[in-house]
Amino acid sequence: MSDQETVLEMNDLHTHFFTDSGEIPAVDGVSLRVNKGEVVGIVGESGCGKSVASLSIMQLVPSPPGRIVDGDIQFKGENLATATEKRMRKIRGNEISMIFQEPMTSLDPLFTIGNQMEEAIRIHQKISKKEARTKAADMLKQVGIPRAEAILDEHPHQLSGGMRQRVMIAMAMSCDPELLIADEPTTALDVTIQAQILDLMRKLNKENDTAILLITHDLGVVAEICDRVVVMYAGQVVEEGTAREILKDPKHPYSQGLIRSLPKLREREQKLYSIPGTVPKPKMGRVGCRFADRCPFAFDRCYEETPSLIQLNNQRTSRCFLYDKEAQEDAESPVGS
Amino acid sequence: MPNPLLEVNGLKKYFDIRGGVFGRKVGDVKAVDDISFTVMEGEILGIVGESGCGKSTAGKAILRLIEPTAGTVRFEDKDLTELNAEEMRKLRHNMQIIFQDPYASLNPRHTVEKIISEPLKVHGMTSAAERKKRVQELLETVGLSAYQASRYPHQFSGGQRQRIGIARALANNPKLIICDEPVSALDVSVQSQILNLMEELRDKFQLTYVFIAHDLSVVKHISDRVGVMYLGRMVELTTKEKLYEEPKHPYTQALLSAVPEPDPDVVKERVILQGDVPSPENPPAGCAFHTRCPMAMDICKELRPQFEEIEDNHFVACHLYGDAQ
Repeated sequence: MSDQETVLEMNDLHTHFFTDSGEIPAVDGVSLRVNKGEVVGIVGESGCGKSVASLSIMQLVPSPPGRIVDGDIQFKGENLATATEKRMRKIRGNEISMIFQEPMTSLDPLFTIGNQMEEAIRIHQKISKKEARTKAADMLKQVGIPRAEAILDEHPHQLSGGMRQRVMIAMAMSCDPELLIADEPTTALDVTIQAQILDLMRKLNKENDTAILLITHDLGVVAEICDRVVVMYAGQVVEEGTAREILKDPKHPYSQGLIRSLPKLREREQKLYSIPGTVPKPKMGRVGCRFADRCPFAFDRCYEETPSLIQLNNQRTSRCFLYDKEAQEDAESPVGS
Repeated sequence: MPNPLLEVNGLKKYFDIRGGVFGRKVGDVKAVDDISFTVMEGEILGIVGESGCGKSTAGKAILRLIEPTAGTVRFEDKDLTELNAEEMRKLRHNMQIIFQDPYASLNPRHTVEKIISEPLKVHGMTSAAERKKRVQELLETVGLSAYQASRYPHQFSGGQRQRIGIARALANNPKLIICDEPVSALDVSVQSQILNLMEELRDKFQLTYVFIAHDLSVVKHISDRVGVMYLGRMVELTTKEKLYEEPKHPYTQALLSAVPEPDPDVVKERVILQGDVPSPENPPAGCAFHTRCPMAMDICKELRPQFEEIEDNHFVACHLYGDAQ
C-alpha cells in the first residue's frame, strides 16, 4: 500500500480565520495523504473544518479573513500552500478539480451548459471551439446524460438536481484531472439519485484512475465508495484508517459515538446512542483533548495534555490517550519502572 | 384497541399554474394526488419519499396550513375541511407542526419566552405569571434550562433551536404533532439526541406523530407504520417491519436498495433507477412510476393502480399485486 504513488500530501496544515472576535483555527494541524487511484473520505460534522481543509488545497479559502498560516500541501513536488495565483489557475480544473454540494449554485444560470463546459476546456487546452464542443458532448455522454448534444444548448434551470451534478462532474473530469475533490457531492440529492452519482464516481475512479478526495458527513456514503477514511473533529484529524476499519472497529471515542448514533436500517434498537454535549467552538491555544468534555472515557490526562496522533498499525492512527497507555507500558516495562 | 385519531381520505392538493397575458390557469401541479391513510392514537406514522413527492404538502394540507383541493381530513370526530376559520383556529391547539429548518421557523427578534408563550396566549392563558411558569416547564421538558428563556434564537445551536421548536409545539398539550423533516438539518450526533427526545415526549404525553422525512433509516427508527410516497401518491403503507423486510412496491424496493449503509459487510442487490422523477405538472398516465419501473407492464401505462390492502395491514398501489394481473 505505502509504495503507491502519492498524489497529494498535506502536512500539518493550519488554516485560520482572522475575524473581529479573534483568530479562529478552523483547520488546526491536519495531515493527510491521497494515493493514485484511491478514494479518501474526510468525515466529520458541520464546523469540523473538513471543507476548509479541502478549500485550502485549491487556495479557495476566502482571504481575508482566511489564511493558511502554517503547513504545506505537496502536489506533484510542488507546494500548493505557497503557489502563486497564476500557477493555481493552471492547476484548478486541470490537474485538480472540485465539485461542490450545491449543483444549483455552482453553475452560472445565464450561460448554457455548453458555454460553461467549453470555457473550462478551452482555458486549459489549446483546441478550437468546435473541438471543445465535441469534447463537452463526449464528457456528458460519459457521465450518463441522455441527448448530450441537446443539453449543451440548455440552461442550468432546465435540468434537475441530479443532472446538474452530473454536468458538474463532467466539467470537473473534462481535463482529466489527477485529483477530484468532491465536497458533499450527494448531500443535496435524493437517495435514488445519490446512488446513481456514487455509481458514476466509482466508475470514473476505476476507469481513469482518478484519485478522489471525498468530503462527507454521511458514513453510508463512506462505506459505499471510500478506501481510506480520515475522521475530523474540531479542526483536527482524530482517526485515520481503511473504511472497513473505521466503520467496523472505530478506535477513537468520537468515531465510536458517531457510528453508534446512526439509526441503522437493518437493526432494531430501542434507544439511539447520543454523544452528550455539543461540538466546542474553535479557539486558539486550547489545551487537552478537544473531545474530552463529551468523552465517556475521559480521565485527568485528557484535560491536561493535548494528545497527538498515535500510530496503531501501518495505516491506522488515533488521537486518543487510551491507546497511548499501551505504548507507554511497552516503553516503560524494559526499564523496570 | 386504539382509536383512529386522524383519518385522511382522498386528500388532493393541486397548485394552479398561471400564465399568458391575463394570468389564466394553464395547468396544475398535482402535488398531492388522492392519498388516504389513518393514524391511530399514540402511533407514529412515518411518511417517506424523495423531494417533490408531496410529503410536506400533504402534512400542511392536513392541518389546513394550505387549503386542500379535495378530500376529507377527519380529526377525532370532526371533519377539518368543513370547519370555518374560527372553528379551525380553536381546534389548532390540538394539532401542531415542527418544521425542518430551526433557523427559519423561529422569529429572530423574539426571545425564546415570547416564542413559546405566544401559542399559550392565543389559546387563552391570560395570566403572564402562569405563562412564564409554563415556558420554564416546557424548556426543561425539552432539555433546555429555564434561564435560557430570555435569550434570542441566534444564541442557540441548531439542535437547541429544534428543541425550542418542539417546546413551542408542545405548549398547548397537543394530541397530534406533524413533524416535517425535524432532523434533516442536524448533524448525526445531534440528530440522535432530538430523535430520542421526541420518543421520550411521545411516551410522556401520549402524543401522536406524523413524521415526514426523506431519510429512510431515521423513519425506520422512529415510526410504527411507514407510508411511501411517489409523485403525489401513496404507493405503499404498512408496518415498518414489513416495509423494510419485504417491500412490495418496486419503488420501495429501489428506494431501500439505494440507501448507503455504514456497514461494509452488507452486500446488497442494488436496483439503480434510471432517470429522474417526472414532473408533477404532467405526471405519466397510469401508474406514475411506470417510466422508471424495472417491472413495468403494458397495463401500468394505461391504468392507475388502486391503493389496496393486499395483505393484512399492507397497502400497495401496484398492478403486480392487483386482480388485473
